[in-house]
Amino acid sequence: MSLLEIRDLIKSYRTPDGEVQTVLDVPAFELGEKEHVALRGTSGTGKTTLLNCIAGILSPDSGHIELAGRDMAVLGESARDRHRADHIGYIFQTFNLLQGYTCLENVLLGMSFGPGKDRARARELLTRVGLEDRLNYRPSQLSVGQQQRVAVARALANQPQLVLADEPTGNLDPRNGREALKLIREICGETDAALLLVSHDQEVLNQFDECRDLAEINQAMREVSTT
Amino acid sequence: MTIWLIVRKSLRQHALSTAITAISIALASGLLMAVWVVKEQSMAAFTTVGKGDFHAVMGARGSELSLVLFSVFHMDEASATLPVQEYSDLVSVPANRRAVKGAVPIVVGDNYRGFRIVGTTTNFFEVEYAPGRKHQLKAGRMFNPNLQEAVVGSFVAQREGLTIDSIFQPVHGVYEQEGATVHNVNYVVVGVLEPSNTPADHAVWIPMAGAQNMEGHESSLSTDISAILIQFRDPALGVQWADRVNQNRRDVTVANIAPTVTAFFQRFEWLRTVLGAMAALVALVGAGGILASLYNTMNERRREVAILRALGARRGTVFGAIVLESATISAIGVAVGFVFYGGFMATAAWYIREQTGVVVDPWAGHSVLALGPLGILTLGTLAGIVPAAKAYGTDVAENLLPQS
Repeated sequence: MSLLEIRDLIKSYRTPDGEVQTVLDVPAFELGEKEHVALRGTSGTGKTTLLNCIAGILSPDSGHIELAGRDMAVLGESARDRHRADHIGYIFQTFNLLQGYTCLENVLLGMSFGPGKDRARARELLTRVGLEDRLNYRPSQLSVGQQQRVAVARALANQPQLVLADEPTGNLDPRNGREALKLIREICGETDAALLLVSHDQEVLNQFDECRDLAEINQAMREVSTT
Repeated sequence: MTIWLIVRKSLRQHALSTAITAISIALASGLLMAVWVVKEQSMAAFTTVGKGDFHAVMGARGSELSLVLFSVFHMDEASATLPVQEYSDLVSVPANRRAVKGAVPIVVGDNYRGFRIVGTTTNFFEVEYAPGRKHQLKAGRMFNPNLQEAVVGSFVAQREGLTIDSIFQPVHGVYEQEGATVHNVNYVVVGVLEPSNTPADHAVWIPMAGAQNMEGHESSLSTDISAILIQFRDPALGVQWADRVNQNRRDVTVANIAPTVTAFFQRFEWLRTVLGAMAALVALVGAGGILASLYNTMNERRREVAILRALGARRGTVFGAIVLESATISAIGVAVGFVFYGGFMATAAWYIREQTGVVVDPWAGHSVLALGPLGILTLGTLAGIVPAAKAYGTDVAENLLPQS
């Protein structure tokens, strides 16, 4: 059964020259529940735009993005925000941790916009990612690898059905990258969350049984339309 | 609550600008309240007299304001004296008695270290100086009309260190002047008045006969009086009587105290307007400070806002957090403003009392103590709307860099 179903998704931007450039043209894409899929894409292929559309951060020009039974493309902004908080965990390349907040507060904040704060679960998640002795540290007091682990804990805090990971190892050294990826997959497996990861790193992509080329999915990468 | 966590974190992250902005608000709020309260209470110290049971004053023909100032506020000089017969007529002639309930003569012409010596009868102290309030003795007793005794106002006693049994010699003239004649007569302080925050605090009160017959005064005027304080039976009828006297007689003036004081302060209406404008300006500057401070931080906070939004925060939540932050800074400023206000007023009240004897009570209930902070709080909260709108419009995708 599909958790995520994309049909006829179009997203374009207006360039500074006034041209309309289509960056996403996805006729069809599906992701099953608990499925882990990697998308291969080099820089500028619309990877982040695709994830942002799925997350409801961006509105597509047209098409459907059905996630957990609701079409993100037709929902109002407020409903999209709510749906995102309830069903999606997002792991960013640059972690996007809030610098003034402790590790625990970063995770709690992730929860607060969804089902609600659960301090015990937040502690449990941070313990699971090996940061039980860093709960009250701020991101600037952590190593880069530790920061990514906080981001993983935060993304999983609301027990999302879908985890989106945008180049999650892009800022990590190979060893930390491998560990982070292992951790993400393990925790997604433990929580039955589906994982959609985009990366250009072949070593990362090799870890996945199912790896698809974004260029095959996104027809906009084959031709640039202008009007 | 999450919104409070966001506000608290932001205030802590921008602690320096928060503190500076809150202090500027506090200064604005404290200054606004202090200036307003000093103005209102100083005016009240004057206008209280107009609410007492002395409704009018009769003196030699001249300016009504001058008559009220010298006879009630001890601030000016009498243009001339009145024969004591005027006082007798006031209390005995039927046409006058229909309007006049009581009258108290006063005689001035001497001072003690700049404080006016007022000769009068003990009836003066029987009349309410404000609704429900009569002059009371803090220590001692009332003077004996036949002896050289004095009752001193509280401010005079405090300033000059006069206590019961103190002895002083009056000096000729209503103002302190170098080389003025010191009357060779000893007056004994037998009573000290309770503070009333009225001109009575600033005067030395002696029997009328003593003031009239002071050694060195012109003997031909020894039965004259300086003015007569008048109580009306009915203030409305009294005003009509006063008008008749002023129209029919060329040698005396009757001034109605309350309208004269009011007319006097109406001359300073511009001051109220200027202070009001200043207060509004100060409040606007404070609110502008919050706006500028928050607006400037919004550029560096766009990523934070984008992250919050990506985590599921609605636009309204982000907007509300910024407005709440603005309100919180204002509230801190207003709270600290009361501390500044206390400091300003402690200094101002001391200075005003030392210079004028007017007692300013900083914590006496006054609407500006509620409306001022409330106004600043409202303005400060509204000032958060502009930066909040900027946060509201933050493009999430654009600020979650980098894109790949």
